[in-house]
Amino acid sequence: MIGSVKMNMHKLIIAAAALVAGLAMAAPAHAAEAGPQPERQAWSFGGIFGTYDTNQLQRGFQVFREVCSSCHSAHLLAFRNLMEEGGPEFSEAQVRALAAEYEVADPTTESGRRPAVPADRWPSPFASEQEARDANGGALPPDFSVLAKARGVKDPFPTWIFNYFTAYQEGGPDYIHALLNGYHEEVPEDAPHNSDGTPFQLPEGKHYNDYFPGHAIGMAPPLADGSVDYAEAENGAGVPETLEQYSSDVSAYMMWLAEPHLVSRKQTGFVVLIFLVLFAGLMWGTKRKLWAGIEH
Amino acid sequence: MSEHSTYVPGSAVEKWLDDRLPVVRFAKEHLMDFPTPKNLNYWWTFGAILVMCLGVQIVTGIILAMHYAPNVALAFDSVEHIRRDINGGRVIQATHAVGASMFFVALYIHMFRGLFYGSYKAPREILWILGVVIFLLTTATAFMGYILPWGQMSFWGATVISNIFSAIPIVGDSIKQLVLGGFAVGNPTLNRFFSLHYLLPFIIAAVVGLHIWALHVPGNNNPVGVDVKDSRDTVPFHPYYTMKDLFAMVVFMIPFAWFVFFAPDILGHPDNYIMANSQVTPAHIVPEWYLLPFYTILRAIDFNVLFINSKLGGVIAMGGAMLCLLIVPWLDTSKVRAGTFRPMFKWFYGLFVINFIALMYLGAQEAAEPYTTLAKVCTAYYFIYFLVILPVLSRIETPKPLPTSISESVLGNKAHA
Amino acid sequence: MSTQAEHTTTNRRDFLFVATGAVGAVGAAAVVWPLINQLNPDASTLALASIQYDVSPIAEGQSVTITWRGLPVFVRHRTPKEIEEARAVPLSDLKDPATDESRVKEGHEQWLIMIANCTHLGCIPTGQAGDFDGWFCPCHGSHYDSSGRIRKGPAPANLVVPPYEFLSDTLVQIG
Repeated sequence: MIGSVKMNMHKLIIAAAALVAGLAMAAPAHAAEAGPQPERQAWSFGGIFGTYDTNQLQRGFQVFREVCSSCHSAHLLAFRNLMEEGGPEFSEAQVRALAAEYEVADPTTESGRRPAVPADRWPSPFASEQEARDANGGALPPDFSVLAKARGVKDPFPTWIFNYFTAYQEGGPDYIHALLNGYHEEVPEDAPHNSDGTPFQLPEGKHYNDYFPGHAIGMAPPLADGSVDYAEAENGAGVPETLEQYSSDVSAYMMWLAEPHLVSRKQTGFVVLIFLVLFAGLMWGTKRKLWAGIEH
Repeated sequence: MSEHSTYVPGSAVEKWLDDRLPVVRFAKEHLMDFPTPKNLNYWWTFGAILVMCLGVQIVTGIILAMHYAPNVALAFDSVEHIRRDINGGRVIQATHAVGASMFFVALYIHMFRGLFYGSYKAPREILWILGVVIFLLTTATAFMGYILPWGQMSFWGATVISNIFSAIPIVGDSIKQLVLGGFAVGNPTLNRFFSLHYLLPFIIAAVVGLHIWALHVPGNNNPVGVDVKDSRDTVPFHPYYTMKDLFAMVVFMIPFAWFVFFAPDILGHPDNYIMANSQVTPAHIVPEWYLLPFYTILRAIDFNVLFINSKLGGVIAMGGAMLCLLIVPWLDTSKVRAGTFRPMFKWFYGLFVINFIALMYLGAQEAAEPYTTLAKVCTAYYFIYFLVILPVLSRIETPKPLPTSISESVLGNKAHA
Repeated sequence: MSTQAEHTTTNRRDFLFVATGAVGAVGAAAVVWPLINQLNPDASTLALASIQYDVSPIAEGQSVTITWRGLPVFVRHRTPKEIEEARAVPLSDLKDPATDESRVKEGHEQWLIMIANCTHLGCIPTGQAGDFDGWFCPCHGSHYDSSGRIRKGPAPANLVVPPYEFLSDTLVQIG
């Protein structure tokens, strides 16, 4: 009898899944406006076994430092983070030297400013939001601290269901990578028309991007082939100096910046899951043994 | 329930304590010796799982409150401070956030189990109503908790939901201002929501105490729904159900841990990683998944009915959806509890479950066809199920013959197997 | 023999229960530890546990007060006269006997680095005041000498020297 109830529940679940599937098929084609779906990249930190590639994070940091950070802040980044385990893992001496190149405000000093130390946060390029807007044609360059997690990709059915089982969490870097590669010098022929049917008009000072919502982005293409010199001897040996490579590296770096404890979190997760499965097995045996003499 | 007591104080000290504060006797009667039907299936373990969920939320929540700053200027960064700098903070914060979702998974399963097996029927009406009160309190707690990280979804979720109050005629705007502590969601709102979010779980715990009290008066319902006849139908709660519940808890922790450690943000929304901004609305505001069925019902009423405008109508519908749960003991008057023995009920119930999942799905879709029509259809079925189908079925349905006792049903089960 | 056989079966039956209990206890302990450990100083606090300070701008006869682990710390560039005075005092005259050499680093005798809280009840003493050419605590009248040692008044001990080392002639790391 109880067995039959369980069967019913199974049927219900299957029927529910079928209904949801049906609803999803009925979805109107609204995706066109948002542009093409960003392509999934093979991130080293993707999936449950993924970890950051230290060299890639170091290169990504270089791109961030030399290019992005002139407009974008990262106010939650502390210099010390750059030498912490699971990150770019620069040496302490490197981080101290790097920090000393920057100045931070310190009201306890005579001048009100002093060279940064590892405990300090990454200084912002602009003193205020207004100053940042004024310098960027009215657009505010977003802070990078958690930006990689503040962006995502809306997956169609049934992909979003699979994501729960594959633990796909890389929509942010996928989007950033696509955005950096998605610029057009001129509005392409196939640009979506305005809702009134007139051709797409790019506002003054904006740039056309396939992946940016609305396609008109304030940021000029920030990276191009060869715009950053990777140091051959260190992390750049054999790494191409291309837009594709830069955007992968900086996206990976931004993911680390947003989720600095990803590696240790997953490692702990394995220990916890293995423990739970083992413990559940023991509990099941114990429960069965206990109930062995009871008709139920 | 002292008639079940087998407690005999073993020593003079225990006797002394028992005469003054019989806690040991109480624990033995209610946590160990309590006679429990021996045929409960795994759907019955979710009560214990819910107690665990409440415990996890309270413990992790107290820890988060040690490091959190309930101020609009600091809240967002203080949550990031927890994730980045506090020892183990990323996992503790993720456990609390994922824990809210897991809480509702268990809560919905527990409620739907009650709806299928008729656990709300006499003499368990108060038990059921207390459960619905717990559900409403938990929903309020979860909603206020979602405001605290002060992201875009926090802010706009609070804005949208608090506008529900403004739908009330005449006094609506005054009530809204009273709730928000201002003309819009702001620092006073964040501060009071933090205070209440900390308070409510303890009130929930108190109501859970009443819920268990109300359970221990008539005892558990069971999968065949016939009353316990004698001691052959039951086993002591400990060790039989303590072990079974603990096993179920450990199994429940496996998907819980999966989300905490491997996909802590998948149940949330990327927009909540953008700090709240009263000048910019996210393109697509979605409540947390567990509020979606009721959100769909709220949105489904996009038309005026007589003098009731669509906004007030939506609020009435949502309130009515919750009210239906409260009064279901008097809507379903069938003498048979378990849906297993009700050939027609079974199908309508199955459709109700699918309908509920559809309501959940529709809540996350944009307000466009075909979703708006489907939302109306699903909302209609939700109400028809409670207000028409259950009362009518109670009169016209012929239930299958019931076993005379739990013991008989158990033996019959074995014979079939 | 039969008792032994019985014993074995009992053991075998109990093994599962004991193993389950033991694994459960390990799991519980593993859960409790992070819940306690979160109370410990966090990464941003620990990053400031050790600071580096460049003493070169401090002229002879000057002192500055800096912050280390939330406490005020005196960094004093002593004059030769102050060093001489501090070293001339016989240990028997001291309430809390300690040589001046033990309170400074060899080769950096002119630098006196101390936590600036009076060992009596924690006020910050005034510099270059009191009867011994050192510090004077205005709260309850404790006098410290030019080595920061207690000479007169209610304070029980010398001003505390934090752990520190000179990384170079002018760069000092405290903590």
